[in-house]
Amino acid sequence: MRLHVRNGRVIDPANKVDAIQDLWIADGRIAALGKPPADFRADRTIDAAGLVVCPGLIDLCAHLREPGQEHKATIASETAAAAAAGITTLVCPPDTDPVIDTPAVAKLIQQRAQDTAKARVLTLGALTQGLEGTQISEMGALKAAGCIGMSNARRSVANTLVMRRAMEYAATHDLTVFLHAEDPWLSNHGCVHEGQVGTRLGLPGIPEAAETVAVARDMALVQQTGVRAHFCRLSTAQAVRMVARAQYDGLPVSADVSAHHLHLTEIDIGDFNSQCHVLPPLRTQRDREALRAGLAKGTLRSICSDHQPHEADAKLAPFAATEPGISALETLLPLSLRLVEEGVMSLPELIARLTHQPAELLRMEIGTLSVGTAADVCLFNPDEPWELVPEHMQSRGRNTPFAGWQFKGRTAITLFKGQVVFERESPVRKK
Amino acid sequence: MPRNIQLDGQGRLRHFLSIEGLKRSLLMEILDLAESFAGVTEQTVKKVPLLRGKTIVNLFFEASTRTRVTFELAAKRLSADVLNININSSSAVKGETLLDTLQNLEAMYYDMFVVRHADSGAAHFIAEHVLPHVHVINAGDGRHAHPTQAMLDMFTIRRVKGEFAPLTVAIVGDILHSRVARSQIHALTTLGVNEVRVIAPKTLIPKDVETLGVHVYHDLRRGLRDADVVIALRLQHERMQGALLPSEHEYFQLYGLTEEKLALAKPDAIIMHPGPINRGVEISSSVADGPRSVILQQVTHGIAVRMAVMAMAMGSMPLGEGRAA
Repeated sequence: MRLHVRNGRVIDPANKVDAIQDLWIADGRIAALGKPPADFRADRTIDAAGLVVCPGLIDLCAHLREPGQEHKATIASETAAAAAAGITTLVCPPDTDPVIDTPAVAKLIQQRAQDTAKARVLTLGALTQGLEGTQISEMGALKAAGCIGMSNARRSVANTLVMRRAMEYAATHDLTVFLHAEDPWLSNHGCVHEGQVGTRLGLPGIPEAAETVAVARDMALVQQTGVRAHFCRLSTAQAVRMVARAQYDGLPVSADVSAHHLHLTEIDIGDFNSQCHVLPPLRTQRDREALRAGLAKGTLRSICSDHQPHEADAKLAPFAATEPGISALETLLPLSLRLVEEGVMSLPELIARLTHQPAELLRMEIGTLSVGTAADVCLFNPDEPWELVPEHMQSRGRNTPFAGWQFKGRTAITLFKGQVVFERESPVRKK
Repeated sequence: MPRNIQLDGQGRLRHFLSIEGLKRSLLMEILDLAESFAGVTEQTVKKVPLLRGKTIVNLFFEASTRTRVTFELAAKRLSADVLNININSSSAVKGETLLDTLQNLEAMYYDMFVVRHADSGAAHFIAEHVLPHVHVINAGDGRHAHPTQAMLDMFTIRRVKGEFAPLTVAIVGDILHSRVARSQIHALTTLGVNEVRVIAPKTLIPKDVETLGVHVYHDLRRGLRDADVVIALRLQHERMQGALLPSEHEYFQLYGLTEEKLALAKPDAIIMHPGPINRGVEISSSVADGPRSVILQQVTHGIAVRMAVMAMAMGSMPLGEGRAA
């Protein structure tokens, strides 16, 4: 398939491009940008006037539920949802069932993703066997099987010595560790931020220190071991400051934030709205502002969806008894675009946080429109108004606190390796 | 703010889930109606026919004696039919969800659920999912709310003290885990008392509790000074685990109510406790049984207050009484 994308506003932060340009794609790769390649005959020309043309989005945390929880979602269903959301690369954490602590599980997931061919699915290997925090995993074999980093998902490695050894061993294999910063004793089965809303509703709280104590401990171990570390889904102002300080000191650390933590606070829980039950919990407005500022400054290098699709029953119980998480792929781009509308950052800066900056963390040559790279492209209409209706979501999970929100900006076409994997019917005309 | 599901379109009580969000006038209406029912308990024929033909289910997922019994008596004195269902955790083991349980019961045509559950928000959850004609009364949900207990406490305070405005009320003990304290705080601030104090070590004070409109004291003696009403909370034995407190002995030394410490309160201060009491832990026997204690009156008043709440939620008022919004 040879494609000619005409007259779009091409934004490619890695190459500092932001201009109305044409893009040519052949054999699954970017063939040319700006000037047409010699003797190019397009099979299809896409009129992208009024659309933004940018690299396909990269999501550093998406739970696809397969293997093990196919009643919630499957790799096929969620990669299709990703395509509809302009996301072409998904990073799958290792807390599947069975856990990704053997090459077989990693390969199974990659194979399923290849079969659906809607998006690239990358796997994180388990940092410890069974995620149990006692025995380090076979990182050499997991890396050979395609795992792009190691993580203990949401399970803490409580034993500090095991964490030190795991980091040393990951560093041996030149692997990045993806850390979920949570001290399990301090979080103590809490389900909301420890603050005024938790106090009012009588829900057990997770203090800010549950995150900062874990960040401080792991940061000390990073300094000791020299491993590259990425802190996933920070939720507190204090943790952002700690990461900024460590980066200033030259430690090899990075961090990201989920899209919902950039918009919601504990107040949104209202009277026990279980759609706002997420971990780490929604915190205060002060935390939300610090997360936004950290993103704008570049302390936080990426916005992830932290996608967790659920069946309806998972949210139908008293708050603490519901399962945490949001079906978030389809709100990643619209929530992020709101940051531009609200003046947090410019559109090219934002797209960098969704494309080549997470790609750099993954140390992969994706997330750009450089000639010769895989043609993963997201075309979206930045001005299209729409309302989120859960019943219209592509994901199998309809669990979202953003039902009824009015958004501006919506995916029009998604290309993955040069193939059209999603095309919205109305706004774009074929030629 | 989301709409208050406790109220119907006309601002009348439909469910009774939490004191929070209810107006002062509505709380006063409950107290006034309870006052009119208080006489019923002293009549020879201890019944009024307000809820004849209605069926009320006491749905208790957590053990309770006094609360369940007073709800049962209240319902019977309103001439309703009452069914008690105690569901222990084994049902959850069988895989039946709360929603399943509820829908099965609804299929049997009940008019009201009185619910106690270990999860905060359980009563709200049930109220959101019942059929439109069914009413829900919260008889205690997790650490969140126990609104009928708070209203019977308000009833007791008003009977003894007359009015709320001049009062300083001190709540002593495990505020962190107490649904009673949360509901009392909302009731007292809504009814407009002069000051609400909470007194406990930092381990038993929830974060940002000042946002509920209370003053925090860690020193019992300072907190009791010039108090008109002193409410002791029950200290669960399991609080000794989890590093919240060193021992019951030290707790009693520092936070237990004794005659000597209560000398700092106003001479006519009353002593309250939602029960059941731990003598020698949060309160001494001489205080619990002493002349200033109104602990047993609280229990008696529970019946009239619960009758009032049930009658109002079910939309059945005594003859001749209007329903001010």
